[in-house]
Amino acid sequence: MGDKAEQAIMLEFTLQGQDFIRAGEASSEIKQRLKKLGFKPDVVRRAAIVAYESEMNVIIHARKGTLRVEITPRKILIQALDEGPGIADIEQAMQEGFSTAPDMIRELGFGAGMGLPNIKRFADEFKIQSRVGEGTLLEIIIHADKG
Amino acid sequence: MNTMTGYFNFVRLDREKCKGCVNCIKKCPTEAIRVRQGKAEIIEQKCIDCGECIRACPNKAKYVETDSTALLQEYKYRIALPSPSLYGQFRDPINPVRLLTALRDLGFDDAFEVAVGAEVVAAETKRLFQTGKLQGPVISSACPAVVRLIQVRFPELTSRILPLAPPSEVAAHLARYLKARELGIPEQEIGIFYLTPCSAKVTSIKAPVGGIPSFIDGAFSIQQLYPRLSHLVKQVKGVQHPGGYSRASGLGIGFGISGGEQAAVGLENQLVADGIASVIDVLEELEMGHLDGIDYIEARACSGGCVGGILNVVNGHVARARLDKIIREQNRSSLPLHERFPELDRLDYKVPRIHVEPRPMVYLDSNINGAMAKMTAAEKILKKLPGLDCGACGAPNCKALAEDIVLGKAEETNCIFILRERIMTLGMKVYNLAGIKPLTLSLEDLEKEGEE
Ligand SMILES: Nc1ncnc2c1ncn2[C@@H]1O[C@H](COP(=O)(O)OP(=O)(O)OP(=O)(O)O)[C@@H](O)[C@H]1O
Ligand code: SF4
Ligand SMILES: [Mg+2]
Repeated sequence: MGDKAEQAIMLEFTLQGQDFIRAGEASSEIKQRLKKLGFKPDVVRRAAIVAYESEMNVIIHARKGTLRVEITPRKILIQALDEGPGIADIEQAMQEGFSTAPDMIRELGFGAGMGLPNIKRFADEFKIQSRVGEGTLLEIIIHADKG
Repeated sequence: MNTMTGYFNFVRLDREKCKGCVNCIKKCPTEAIRVRQGKAEIIEQKCIDCGECIRACPNKAKYVETDSTALLQEYKYRIALPSPSLYGQFRDPINPVRLLTALRDLGFDDAFEVAVGAEVVAAETKRLFQTGKLQGPVISSACPAVVRLIQVRFPELTSRILPLAPPSEVAAHLARYLKARELGIPEQEIGIFYLTPCSAKVTSIKAPVGGIPSFIDGAFSIQQLYPRLSHLVKQVKGVQHPGGYSRASGLGIGFGISGGEQAAVGLENQLVADGIASVIDVLEELEMGHLDGIDYIEARACSGGCVGGILNVVNGHVARARLDKIIREQNRSSLPLHERFPELDRLDYKVPRIHVEPRPMVYLDSNINGAMAKMTAAEKILKKLPGLDCGACGAPNCKALAEDIVLGKAEETNCIFILRERIMTLGMKVYNLAGIKPLTLSLEDLEKEGEE
């Protein structure tokens, strides 16, 4: 039997707050990789959307951060860790339509308050931790055999 | 067709003319070309027949395989289907009736405008939206290169493709049906021939992807017929209605330029993308769910729309300017579709439905674990490559070469920089070896020194 060891691929991207020129690059790279690896279209799409919303939240709301992805054949783990203002009321932030994005950000088409709710909706497992004045950590798992 | 793989491609290579340069491999939107033994080879599984390589080739080594006009002899009654872009290929602003007359003089028994099919499709599209049977975002099915691009690179979006046959097929379908009844002859005695501006349409006729056979019997390129046609167009005297079906309005003819379908469909929230790179960008956005407010996406592989197709004769911008004039003129003089075409109501005509299946590319391995091992291996190789993406290895960029190596289709030394490095190392070894004196020699030398 070709019982080969289970493979894992790690990716790490450094994110800079307010860097709207490179915004979306990390999640786009993640999407291309997952497609190339042959994950199911629905898995690729959910992981890509989750990665994108997490990436954008760091860029829009935080000072700087990292987006880490661990890909295994069975699941995709996405972590977004940032240094920034943190979220005081997580329950409120998770509500559809809640946003503190300033006008300038809304002009760019963000700030609908849909990012976090969508992340939760598309994730199979979802964890959020935050400390005001320090930063936020998001941990999402997408199961590759679903969808 | 390649019966081994089941893939169809109609872009061909003239091996004599191909110099093995990097132009086409760099322009291919699906990275489907490699130079091997000095010649550009197409990987069929990845090719979407968009024709970008034909456009990019400075040596005119790529061409499209179209039908020979001898095929016309096999049918009793021959109908030409002029694509909207054809109207823009003539110097004097051409009255469509004059064009249709010239097509008859060329040897067709009649002509049926694809533009009419376009209007029928646009009207049906609008109706489906208005009755709630279609919900956006929907992608136009008119450009077969876009449809194939979606099948291989955006498989999940196939469900978003307009489920209606494209204008050319609808025109063929209508033309055959109406003519057979008008003349009282069997449908199979009628041959329908598309005058195509591109390679993608040829493929869509020979290898349809919508789950129904093509209604078109053959495809001639505009370039192929142009020399005689342009001459005949000048000869047409007095523009009399030839009694055929020249009843397209500007809305239908507008399908030949980007934005034309948008104008004809006329929904609230529409988006137009032309040029293969722009289309890819838009599909990426759509895939991410960023275009949820959009109803309809008009996407065309050629920039400027079909007037930019590679088998046209005239520069796309020039053709567009001419088409704009014709569109305005036709719109002024045209009645609404159903008044021009009472047959549609009488027949209770139904536009043929299509269903496009995804056809995802296997990039590295059909097994995810295997694909991951290969991606990791390719990454390691990529680190050794210079990152110049020069294409001299025959692959479009260093990353593609690294993957080809892992797949056993290329070697590290295909990279000229690695090859140079290896030769240098080898050279150093040879040089060092040459500096070592054999033991015997050095003993003699010692003796000689002692004698002196
Ligand atoms: N990484 C973060 N650091 C600090 N605050 C955050 C972070 N992520 C989210 N928030 C807070 O939670 C709110 C809701 O986030 P969510 O992603 O749902 O909406 P948004 O980013 O404001 O708008 P959208 O995602 O629709 O563009 C934000 O407006 C912000 O106040
Ligand atoms: S845009 Fe028109 S001419 Fe170009 S590939 Fe598509 S259908 Fe053919
Ligand atoms: Mg957000």
